[in-house]
Amino acid sequence: MVDLGIKIHNVEFKNPVLTASGTCGFGEELSDFIDLSRLGGIVVKGTTLNHREGNPYPRMAETPSGMLNAVGLQNKGVKNFVNNIYPRIKDIDTNIIVNVNGSTIDEYIAVTEQINELDKIPAIELNISCPNVKEGGMAFGVSCPSAEAVVKAVRKVYNKTLIVKLSPNVTSIAEIAKAVEGQGADSVSLINTLLGMAIDAEKRRPVLSTVTGGLSGPAVKPIALRMVWQVYNAVKIPVIGMGGIMNATDAIEFILAGASAVQIGTAIFKDPTIPVQVIDGISSYMEKHKIGSISELIGGLQM
Amino acid sequence: MPSNTKGMNKTVQDLLLLENQQLNNDNFLLKLKSPVHLSGILPGQFVNVEIKSAREIFLRRPFSVLDVDYQNQTISLLVKILGRGSKKLTEITPGQKISVVFPLGKSFTFPDPGDRVLLIGGGSGVAPMLFLAKMCGLPADNVHVLLGAKTINDHINVDDYLKFGHFYYTTEDGSKGERGFVIDHPVFKEQLSKFTRIYTCGPNPMMKAIAASAKKANIICEVSLENMMACGFGVCLCCVEDTNEGHKCVCTEGPVFNVNDLKW
Ligand SMILES: Cc1cc2nc3c(=O)[nH]c(=O)nc-3n(C[C@H](O)[C@H](O)[C@H](O)COP(=O)(O)OP(=O)(O)OC[C@H]3O[C@@H](n4cnc5c(N)ncnc54)[C@H](O)[C@@H]3O)c2cc1C
Ligand SMILES: Cc1cc2nc3c(=O)[nH]c(=O)nc-3n(C[C@H](O)[C@H](O)[C@H](O)COP(=O)(O)O)c2cc1C
Ligand code: FES
Repeated sequence: MVDLGIKIHNVEFKNPVLTASGTCGFGEELSDFIDLSRLGGIVVKGTTLNHREGNPYPRMAETPSGMLNAVGLQNKGVKNFVNNIYPRIKDIDTNIIVNVNGSTIDEYIAVTEQINELDKIPAIELNISCPNVKEGGMAFGVSCPSAEAVVKAVRKVYNKTLIVKLSPNVTSIAEIAKAVEGQGADSVSLINTLLGMAIDAEKRRPVLSTVTGGLSGPAVKPIALRMVWQVYNAVKIPVIGMGGIMNATDAIEFILAGASAVQIGTAIFKDPTIPVQVIDGISSYMEKHKIGSISELIGGLQM
Repeated sequence: MPSNTKGMNKTVQDLLLLENQQLNNDNFLLKLKSPVHLSGILPGQFVNVEIKSAREIFLRRPFSVLDVDYQNQTISLLVKILGRGSKKLTEITPGQKISVVFPLGKSFTFPDPGDRVLLIGGGSGVAPMLFLAKMCGLPADNVHVLLGAKTINDHINVDDYLKFGHFYYTTEDGSKGERGFVIDHPVFKEQLSKFTRIYTCGPNPMMKAIAASAKKANIICEVSLENMMACGFGVCLCCVEDTNEGHKCVCTEGPVFNVNDLKW
């Protein structure tokens, strides 16, 4: 038996495979397809203080080896999560992590404070990288001072594990990672989607109602790998890698580049059983290469 | 007669393609054999099909269920060539396996025993109408099916379904049935008040026109929407329709909606 267990700050994960925010609902939606307790963790849909309807349809465009989305953080607000969703999912035997969003620092704080009360949520993922909202979102994640400000404020009200989700739409992601580490982030996760655009040549119009949207899927994988490697070399806190992971080999590449854990996103749309296939595939890889513990692989890239 | 969709769990399976039959210019009938039972799949529900081999086709493609043979565990789809994915799908040869996620979405609300129903299909929207005609449980005299297409060549052969109801046709050029759109057909224009329920699937402008008349005549009307989808099972929130209760997912809260719930 290989040891797939990892630790991020003080949260233990039975394996390094999580499902990414916005691509797995609240976990429940996948329960027909997979045994949720097999997952290392579930990062639930981005949550804001108030109910958000998100952006108008159309919100999706298929692109070569990927897709653009412009969902815009549609969610029923943190109160609904606390009262209606949390009771349904809290006993799933995995780590449930809430993706926290805000258009102002006060909103981030208000959401975090309410999530802090929930015993079975061991960590939050602070999303300072959503490209699909007009206010806040990515704006916080694209400069060091604003990223520092929001992380500093949230850190003050949150003692559990604080993961900060970084935007790839920056000149130096390593600089932003160092900045949030400096304010007490326990981990960074990356990448969120890359800002992109699709045009319908026949109609001579943008495909998305918002004109631009976030690119995800295999198309972004080389960029995501490069960024995970750069951030791993810049910070001491654990890195959670994602971006275009479709199978176990992709996941192992991220781990070799320095990721302690990975998240599976868009791949779930193609096949909701992929997260479990990735877990099994990592085990097989370790057996084949006689690696006893996954921690031996993290950052194990040979140069 | 099944009345609602608790049905089977959603699943991802490799289905064996038994037949890929060209019905006319751009419509194909695909018959697939499932390794698992199909009980509980009902009219209005759909499946999400993986189309391998071409890199540009990244996401699955949704198709309504045209028919199910519960005994032999086969499922039929009507695929109209629209773009690259549907074209590729019609080129797959029998004997190959296709990965399919099913069953997805909610079915139509089944009629009550005394109902007289009008089923209106346009384009590939014919598929769920034929399945509903077969499954709705009403005597054929109370099931009226109106099918619209551009020309006679765009109508598919529906001989297998004639026993389930009365069939009417329109074409834009008058080459089969009445000339014009489905809403120009006398069964719609003059006899609408005889029906207690209307079901429709097809292009949005067609369904909107039908919905407007149904609302005016105060007849229950359900439409099946074909919004763009990424996942098909409620996790991406890409497929939303703006309803009176805000954005709803077409893939899980639809694709069938009562028109009174829509902002049409
Ligand atoms: C619930 C539902 C049931 C459907 N039932 C049928 C059916 O029974 N028979 C049938 O022929 N067609 C059906 N469709 C439509 C079918 O999914 C599209 O024709 C198909 O996805 C087109 O793919 P393509 O690669 O050929 O087209 P593309 O080249 O990708 O694009 C052409 C057009 O197809 C539509 N389209 C493309 N991708 C999607 C997608 N992922 N989801 C929805 N629409 C898309 C868009 O309008 C697009 O502009 C259904 C759609 C939905 C949502
Ligand atoms: C439809 C969709 C919705 C998303 N919603 C969120 C979200 O609410 N919060 C967030 O931090 N990231 C969100 N993301 C980004 C993903 O979590 C992930 O960072 C990104 O898609 C890259 O990984 P992938 O290529 O494996 O999908 C979303 C992505 C998609 C495709
Ligand atoms: S297609 Fe993903 S939620 Fe409907």
